[in-house]
Amino acid sequence: MGRLIVHRVAMSIPLLLIVSLIIFGLEAVVPGDAASTILGQNATPESLAALRVQLGLNDPWIVRYGHWLGGALHADLGTSIISGVDVTSSLNSRLAVTLSLLVPTMLLSAVAGIALGFASAVRGGILGRFIDVVSLFGFAVPSFWIALILVTFFAVHLNLLPATGYQDFATSPTGWLKSIILPVLALSLQGITSVAKQTRDTVMEVLETDYVKFLRANGVSERSVRYRHVLRNAAIPVVTSLGLVSVGMLSGAVFIENVFVLPGLGSLATQATLDHDVPVILGVGVFFTLCVIAINLVIDFAYGLLNPKVRVS
Amino acid sequence: MSDLLSTPAEFPVRRRGVLRAVLATARGRITAGFLVLLFACCLLAPVIAPADPLHQNLREILQTPSGAHWLGTDNLGRDVLSRLLYGGRSSIVAMLEGVAAQVAVAVPLGVAAGYLGGRFDRIVMRLADIVMSVPVIVILLAILAIFDHSIAVAMITLGVLGASGMMRIIRGTAMTIRQELYVSAAELLGLSRTQIIFRHILPRCRGVIIVQTSLFAALAIGIQTGLTFLGLGPPPPAATWGGMVNEAATTLSTAPWLLVPSGGLIALTVLALGVLGDTVRDVTAQSHTSSGGLRVKSAKRRPDAAQVSVPEGTALLSVRDLSVSFLTPRGEVEVLSGVSFDLDAGQTLGLVGESGSGKSVTARAVLALLEANGAVTGGSVIFDGRDLTRATRKELAALRGTRIALISQEPMAALDPSFRIGSQLSEIVRSHTDLSREAAHRRVLELMEMVELPDPEEMAKRYPFQISGGMAQRVAIAAALAGSPDLLIADEPTTALDVTVQADVLALLRRLQRETGMAVLLVTHDWGVVADSCTHVAVMYAGQVVEQAPVEQVFGAPAHPYTAALMASSPEKAPRRTPIDAIAGAVPPPGTRPDGCRFRDRCALSAADCAETDIPLVRLNEERVSRCIRTELLQVQP
Repeated sequence: MGRLIVHRVAMSIPLLLIVSLIIFGLEAVVPGDAASTILGQNATPESLAALRVQLGLNDPWIVRYGHWLGGALHADLGTSIISGVDVTSSLNSRLAVTLSLLVPTMLLSAVAGIALGFASAVRGGILGRFIDVVSLFGFAVPSFWIALILVTFFAVHLNLLPATGYQDFATSPTGWLKSIILPVLALSLQGITSVAKQTRDTVMEVLETDYVKFLRANGVSERSVRYRHVLRNAAIPVVTSLGLVSVGMLSGAVFIENVFVLPGLGSLATQATLDHDVPVILGVGVFFTLCVIAINLVIDFAYGLLNPKVRVS
Repeated sequence: MSDLLSTPAEFPVRRRGVLRAVLATARGRITAGFLVLLFACCLLAPVIAPADPLHQNLREILQTPSGAHWLGTDNLGRDVLSRLLYGGRSSIVAMLEGVAAQVAVAVPLGVAAGYLGGRFDRIVMRLADIVMSVPVIVILLAILAIFDHSIAVAMITLGVLGASGMMRIIRGTAMTIRQELYVSAAELLGLSRTQIIFRHILPRCRGVIIVQTSLFAALAIGIQTGLTFLGLGPPPPAATWGGMVNEAATTLSTAPWLLVPSGGLIALTVLALGVLGDTVRDVTAQSHTSSGGLRVKSAKRRPDAAQVSVPEGTALLSVRDLSVSFLTPRGEVEVLSGVSFDLDAGQTLGLVGESGSGKSVTARAVLALLEANGAVTGGSVIFDGRDLTRATRKELAALRGTRIALISQEPMAALDPSFRIGSQLSEIVRSHTDLSREAAHRRVLELMEMVELPDPEEMAKRYPFQISGGMAQRVAIAAALAGSPDLLIADEPTTALDVTVQADVLALLRRLQRETGMAVLLVTHDWGVVADSCTHVAVMYAGQVVEQAPVEQVFGAPAHPYTAALMASSPEKAPRRTPIDAIAGAVPPPGTRPDGCRFRDRCALSAADCAETDIPLVRLNEERVSRCIRTELLQVQP
């Protein structure tokens, strides 16, 4: 168990390096740089050269990467080339928004997905077919489109919830709740359906195992078979898939934040992409990678608790 | 022995080719048809599109569908259908770029890692582990920022980063194939690595590659439309599917209709690719009784009421004309056809036959523990005067463990891997009695001593993965005996065990049977086990009982050619230094069984009349029946 966690933490270092190296390396090999982005097309060669010296762009890229890495180790992720704002602080101020979207979505997906998947596997029948069909739609329908449909219905027609915008929890808890309901619902659809499908498939598989047959054949009550043995054994693969679903939600969050104009990391990254503002994207990359690492740690921990092979050794 | 006799049943699907098998299913035809039609229309957009996708007409904005504009017009009066067709072109191109990059990375790396193994494999897998955790969206955004909104570079990156999933699966397949005999044989024959990879490994990975490609194509379309929705693709006024959703969003309150064509088409395309992938997976997966998620409706489980009559007689267990079918993705398959046999109290009946004869299905059907896609379609299982095929769930629950108990083939698989042995046994004990926790624990220790497990206290604390197969089977026997059953069903209880342990477990079973007086239904393919442990034997072939008789009579002179052949092919019965007579051919798999005598194709005695009608069980004497019309030819042989 301890070894698993240590292993995962050790793996997170190369992960952070790879993410930052890909972005940094690509920027270095492509013609055009921050100076020309900042000054635009009408820049004179002299002003470009001056800015390059100022930004340190004439150093080889590995030196610049070293600088960036050195800063990153002290929580300094550089400054935006567009606004000149410190990247770390602008990320910090937006992190709460993204987490307000992600955490409830993950919880909702896990709880509703597992409940639906389990019920449909043990009951079968219409609920089972329903989960099979809905999970296909959850897979196929783009989350940003579902978001727009939800807005059309709940915000434009019924006028129940705000169509866009975000309210801070500290300023107005109810406003906060109202502002995240639709985004969370839109982002959850895919999560709930894929967790439900995975749970359904796993539970059905476990229901067919020899040990379930053996327990039933030798008189263990159906209730204990389902809620003690099946649930416990199905939990292991389901937890693993929860991790993958949660990591996938980071992508979804980028789209959803844009639809609902939530000032989170995803909308920041999108704006930075439109502005060619690489330091900001790099910063978001680091934050998202840290999110992935955190998710994986939680999943590993749960996995270790559930799997006696890991717990015992 | 069964390995000598039978070759694993293979589905015809593989030989027919994946494409044909897919098109044979309705899902496959609909999804493939839709995709081909869509792609063709998009490619031919310049020819077939009703209007110029960029042509604005401000007098006809936000129109709903009409004869002139089949899908209406957008906020600049442009024809939605034409824009969809043109927009599809960029989505398809993006999809192809992503898929090509994925295949180009995943296939060579996967095959190489799986086939070469060793350090290369470890490095590749470690890298794949890391890449799996990369937050892809940020990398894509960075690419789009650096490469000036080039969707092509983004999709190729997506393909490379997304290759790890496909690569893992191909590596797994390649590893399995590598360990198979024919590949080792090909290596010994001097085929080069390249030849082995291209002739043996790649063709077998085809199904996996198609499935993964199709699912990844769905993902690629999803991502491409998402990126264009964010405005990160080709700049306006170029038509893209995601961009059209974005434009529709600006007129949500006035023209909600506009969301439908663009979003709907994205969803349909992704859906079709996803379902196509699933269909390929289903048709390339192979198992006769694999459910493919199917279940038999409970109404179907009810056998024909008229057929069943409780036979008089003293048998503890009397199986009559039992038929069982499985619903597979390829339709309903009859696995048991009219199985009949009797078992008296205190006796041991050996149920013998090759793999695929239906022995284990029979054992499970007796306990009403068939898989969810299997059902009794006819006949009865009379236990102690009651028909178990029509018993309610509650009645069955009351019987299980206390009157009938089961031990199964794979002792390791029979124990729940997540619970300690003591806790599992204790739960079974407590489900039969109302003992307190401590009393149940004492009873568990008693049971463990009864099955000769060393150091029960210590053993109770272990998890199943911490004990050996032989010990696991003793634990399973202890669990089965916890409710003092009258009938123990033992489904190949020693097959999975080491030879040295087999004898011990069988001796234990015999001792316990003597002490408790229970009847045993012993499923086995081992004549040695039959000779040592059974009083009677029922021989099964292709879903039927072909002979039932007391053991001494069968060993004296088999009354069915199959019994004779099976005994002749038994390694332990063959005279020394003579080759074992394997039966030519294989058991016909369910669904391909011949009319008339099912054994006739492999039988030396078969004649024209063997094919004419289904052969009934013929009573030869008080205790003996055979499903052969030429028994007189056999009886003369010693």
